[in-house]
Amino acid sequence: MLLKRHLWIGIVVVLDMAAGPAWAETIRVTIDKLVFSPATIKAKVGDTVEWVNNDILAHTATVKGDWDVMIPAGKSASLVLDKAESVEYYCRFHPNMKAKLAVTEP
Amino acid sequence: MLSRKTVAAFCLVGGACLAQAADKPTDPQIAHIAYTAGTIDIEAAQQAIKKSKNKDVVGFANDMVRDHEAVNKQALDLAKKLKVTPEDNDTSRALTKAASAQRDKLAKLNGAAFDKAYVANEVAYHKQVNGALETLLIPSASNAELKSLLQTGLKIFQGHEQHAEHVAAELK
Repeated sequence: MLLKRHLWIGIVVVLDMAAGPAWAETIRVTIDKLVFSPATIKAKVGDTVEWVNNDILAHTATVKGDWDVMIPAGKSASLVLDKAESVEYYCRFHPNMKAKLAVTEP
Repeated sequence: MLSRKTVAAFCLVGGACLAQAADKPTDPQIAHIAYTAGTIDIEAAQQAIKKSKNKDVVGFANDMVRDHEAVNKQALDLAKKLKVTPEDNDTSRALTKAASAQRDKLAKLNGAAFDKAYVANEVAYHKQVNGALETLLIPSASNAELKSLLQTGLKIFQGHEQHAEHVAAELK
């Protein structure tokens, strides 16, 4: 049983590699009652982060001096990650809302 | 003990302390206090929008109007759903009275002096309301949905307190 599972993982990995350059992904972060979830995400340059705001309040995803994404109440907003960086972002309106994002080269 | 807590929770900015009855507030009173606290902050923000020429201060005031209107609408919707009629009480009245005195004080100031005083009061006011939510209103709420709304409100207002602190730091 265990052997079979290992074999299966092996095949998937090979197929993945054969597919060539990885497709850019969209990583979704939901906001519920002033909490970014998941609180930490990892991504690659070229990926998109989509924030889905379930609150009745507008929020932002902001890195001071870098980027600032407005996320209206009950709506979504997204950002294409164009550089490798490890940042902590926060909401400008409610600075007690914080999360982390690590972007690496693909 | 509770009465001491109540008094501590509602010692208002500017020195007016409220000697509230020892009984803990009922849900209809809590709803009224929370709604009143929101309305006070909206009115303070509207005064700032009219008087201030500072972009950060006006921006902050607009954020306050937007958030507190959204929260108050949610509070009214919940009250309606629960068939609770918010009930006026001494705490609400004391809050309103202190706020009106504060507005009169701010009305006499202009320019940077107004900006500084408004933002400093926002920090102090949110701190005071958050203290009341934590020590009195949330523990006293008996309806689970009301309690949950107050808990979310606390998180929002803690955010406002930090936001106000950031704006205050920029003004220096």
